[in-house]
Amino acid sequence: MAMSRSVRDLDWALVIITLVLCGLGVLQIYSATEATKWHDAWWKQIIFVGSGFAMMWALAVIDYHSLLGRIIYFYLAGVALLIATAFVGNKVFGSTRWIRVAGFTFQTSEFMKIVLILLVAKYLVDVKTDKLDWRDLVKLGGYVAVPMLLVIKQPDLGTALTYIPILVCGVLIAGLRWKYLLAIAGVLIVVLPIGYHFLKPYQQDRLVSFINPDRDPKGTGFQVIQSRIAVGNGGMWGRGAKESSQTHLGFLPVPHTDFIFSSFAEEHGFVGIVVGLVLYFLLIMQVVQNAQTAPDKAGLYICMGIAALLLFHVLVNVGMVVGRMPVTGIPLPLMSSGGSNTWSVFLMLGLVNSVRLRRFVN
Amino acid sequence: MEVVDTEHRREEDVSSQRLLRDDPKAASGKIALFQYLTVGVFVFLVSGFWKIQVQNPDVYSEAAERNRIKSTPILAPRGKLLDRDGRVIVDNKASYSLLLNRDQIKPEHLPAIAEALQLDYGELANKIRRMGSTPQIIIKDDLSRDDIAFVESHQDGSAYPEMQLIKSWRRQYPQDGLAAHVIGYVGEISESELDLPQFSDYHQGDIIGKDGIEREYDQQLRGVDGQQRVLVDNWGRERALEDAKAAVAGKDLQLTIDLDLQAVAELVMEGKRGSVVALDPRNGAVLAMVSRPSFDPNKFTGRISRADWNEIATNPEKPLMNRAIQAEFAPGSTFKPFVALAGLETGTIDEDTEFHCPGGASFYGHYFACWRQKQGGHGTISLHRAIAQSCDVFFYNVANRLGIDRLAHYAELAGFGHKTGVDLPNERESTMPSTRWKMRVFRQKWYLGETISVGIGQGALTVSPLELAAAEGGLAIGGNWYRPHLLKDARPVLTRTGHLNPDNVQKIIYGMYGVVNEGGTGHVAQLPNIKVCGKTGTAQLASNQLLKGTKLGQTMKDNAWFVGYAPEEAPEIVVVALFENGEHGDHAGPMVRDVLKAYFDKKARGRELEAEARGFHARALFAMFAGPLGAGVQP
Repeated sequence: MAMSRSVRDLDWALVIITLVLCGLGVLQIYSATEATKWHDAWWKQIIFVGSGFAMMWALAVIDYHSLLGRIIYFYLAGVALLIATAFVGNKVFGSTRWIRVAGFTFQTSEFMKIVLILLVAKYLVDVKTDKLDWRDLVKLGGYVAVPMLLVIKQPDLGTALTYIPILVCGVLIAGLRWKYLLAIAGVLIVVLPIGYHFLKPYQQDRLVSFINPDRDPKGTGFQVIQSRIAVGNGGMWGRGAKESSQTHLGFLPVPHTDFIFSSFAEEHGFVGIVVGLVLYFLLIMQVVQNAQTAPDKAGLYICMGIAALLLFHVLVNVGMVVGRMPVTGIPLPLMSSGGSNTWSVFLMLGLVNSVRLRRFVN
Repeated sequence: MEVVDTEHRREEDVSSQRLLRDDPKAASGKIALFQYLTVGVFVFLVSGFWKIQVQNPDVYSEAAERNRIKSTPILAPRGKLLDRDGRVIVDNKASYSLLLNRDQIKPEHLPAIAEALQLDYGELANKIRRMGSTPQIIIKDDLSRDDIAFVESHQDGSAYPEMQLIKSWRRQYPQDGLAAHVIGYVGEISESELDLPQFSDYHQGDIIGKDGIEREYDQQLRGVDGQQRVLVDNWGRERALEDAKAAVAGKDLQLTIDLDLQAVAELVMEGKRGSVVALDPRNGAVLAMVSRPSFDPNKFTGRISRADWNEIATNPEKPLMNRAIQAEFAPGSTFKPFVALAGLETGTIDEDTEFHCPGGASFYGHYFACWRQKQGGHGTISLHRAIAQSCDVFFYNVANRLGIDRLAHYAELAGFGHKTGVDLPNERESTMPSTRWKMRVFRQKWYLGETISVGIGQGALTVSPLELAAAEGGLAIGGNWYRPHLLKDARPVLTRTGHLNPDNVQKIIYGMYGVVNEGGTGHVAQLPNIKVCGKTGTAQLASNQLLKGTKLGQTMKDNAWFVGYAPEEAPEIVVVALFENGEHGDHAGPMVRDVLKAYFDKKARGRELEAEARGFHARALFAMFAGPLGAGVQP
């Protein structure tokens, strides 16, 4: 059956947009890290993109239904890895997110995203109803909550939050009673302020700085302010590659990872970011289009979960860059330097292509 | 039950592998909703960039420039002050100052910095708050070696990166307060000064002249600070020099002050309260100016501590007051030459007019004593002896005949009642009473009896030492009054010309010659070979009148004045000494004599040196021509 699938059937528009974004990312990483201790990040990123592309291809060939059938094992393995990370993981910047395997470090929480996308799809297909009842919600919520709590514990609130759109998107598409929706909204309104007190002090600071960055411009507000200065310094046309002072004199924090879009905005201006954001918009719309042409609900849930996750990533990361979102420290898909996130995005796109290749039901 | 059911359903799905093709279409409405949401998210993000990058990019590019450019002031040295011979009076010493970069200041660092540099924490914090708009705040000048060591070991990123050392100049004033009142001192510009229109181009934290020449010529002395702009990174490391603007040094000013004369004048005032002023009456050049008690301007350089300031400012002796231009006292008998002048010029008296002095006289029902009352008065006396012996009764009569307004006319011609206009700040105006003056100030009629006291330099009449020197000097050169000045290059300004009868002036000068050389009241001021003219003055304090009868009034001693000039035939220097509570004018006489002596000694020495130099020149010429021809011939 797999032999009947043709390379021509890959979503080439999606692939091209993806590679253009990766190319912009590599160029920006090169420009931003020149003469810094991360100066080799750009060619590492090329390797990540290349290997990620291969993973996408491999996953596209595999029938997603066979993955769905074994989802319980993937889920258990994923949770086990998260637990293992807590014990044997590498601690960097006070957070234990990485596990070392054969000389490579993997951020296990990134790969959990794919497991959760598949898990949510599988569960919702199995329920076979257009109105979920509260037991389904609790059960599914529980499946997602376990890895979320493990990731929060690392601590990595940003990545943990990315699990939520997968769940929310799936549940909303599956169908939910209005009164449940209202009830959830009510619970959130009560729980969120309480939850604030359970945040780590630095996380509370970030939220406060987001609302009022000038309160402590040298401390927690620094990143927010410097990012906004970098963006504004770009102006309409940008300062030009490698000509950006905020990026090159170190005022912009981590200009090749979480704040790569600030650096991009400083060097390429408003024109540059419009081009970049249009590419991300097309990428997400292309994923959504694959959801619409999916052969079954499982494929639809997978694609929509991925679209929601990508949208969330872009919203939170770019929103942070431009000062419209708090600093959560999640990367910009495809552009930010880093192996695990790049691979996890390519794997997701592999899933999308896997759905696409099977869109014609014979 | 339900669990089983779910299991059943799941098995069915996996086995069938496929759902109906239409199935996903059921969700198309929700997918459309997602698409709208996506559009919304991107519009939200793009609008964020629009607002920052397109609507006000200048705000951010300026912020980015503030981030990367560290500008350091290059302080301009203030101009030096030189004496009339070019000797340095006020110099600058290269030193280091510490400034804090405002945008790097962390409030929690300040107590530690204050402690290490022995600054008062409260003052420092207050200063930083007060200078809210200044990007760099100099907090300490003239750092000690320990201070510099502290800054250098703590200014990197890890400790107190807000600290920055800069080169600066410390003002070096003469020791012991020499000429302190002429020079003045410098200090940090105050809030109230910043509000004044003449200081509109000054900034918070600038050093500005506070008094004296430093204040008067601040614009010329201060120079223009330069600036060095360096590209720095987030860790404060300097990457490259962006640009630099050199500082322009302030202009050096040469004063009319003669350091030798000033030193002697300081010496004669030692331990006394009062003032000595020496003027060249021919052009108004101030040769020496001393006021006592004095202060040490070195304590004021730059940023004085509040404690030091309070100690000086609240001292009841008022050491900051320049008595030469701010002390206003009755001139006493030193005023008599002007009464004589008015009498002669108006024809009220001539040199032979005689009055009888039995030790006092009555006018308008009041008895006015002469200072020789106890010795039985001066007897019958005319002008020359009246000046030489300072006979009060003679001048009571002259004043009475003149009336106050004719007297005031000639006194004002000499400068009484006016500021001299000397180029020093805060000169006070003296008082020359007249009918107009009394009406203006008190809205009262002048009583004829008041004229009598004015005839001997008492009553409401007041004068400062500089004014008196200018008035007497102008009279001594025949009735041309020049404005006193302190800049050597300034053109002399003739403020008033009397068009006086030279014979009349000569009679008065001759009388003042008699004061010193014919057994008059000022014989202590005699100098060998130099014809010194002078006049003593013993003046009751203005406040003495009010305190009469009280215990304090009785213990308050009179002020002693002496004015002297020389040589008689062509006066080139006039010296006034005010010895507060010095009791009698002849106590001030030796002070004036010593200054005059120093002047003429120096002049003689200068002539000798000049002659010697000319002689040497001639010998050198001779040697040049004679040398090759006749070796061994020594001139």
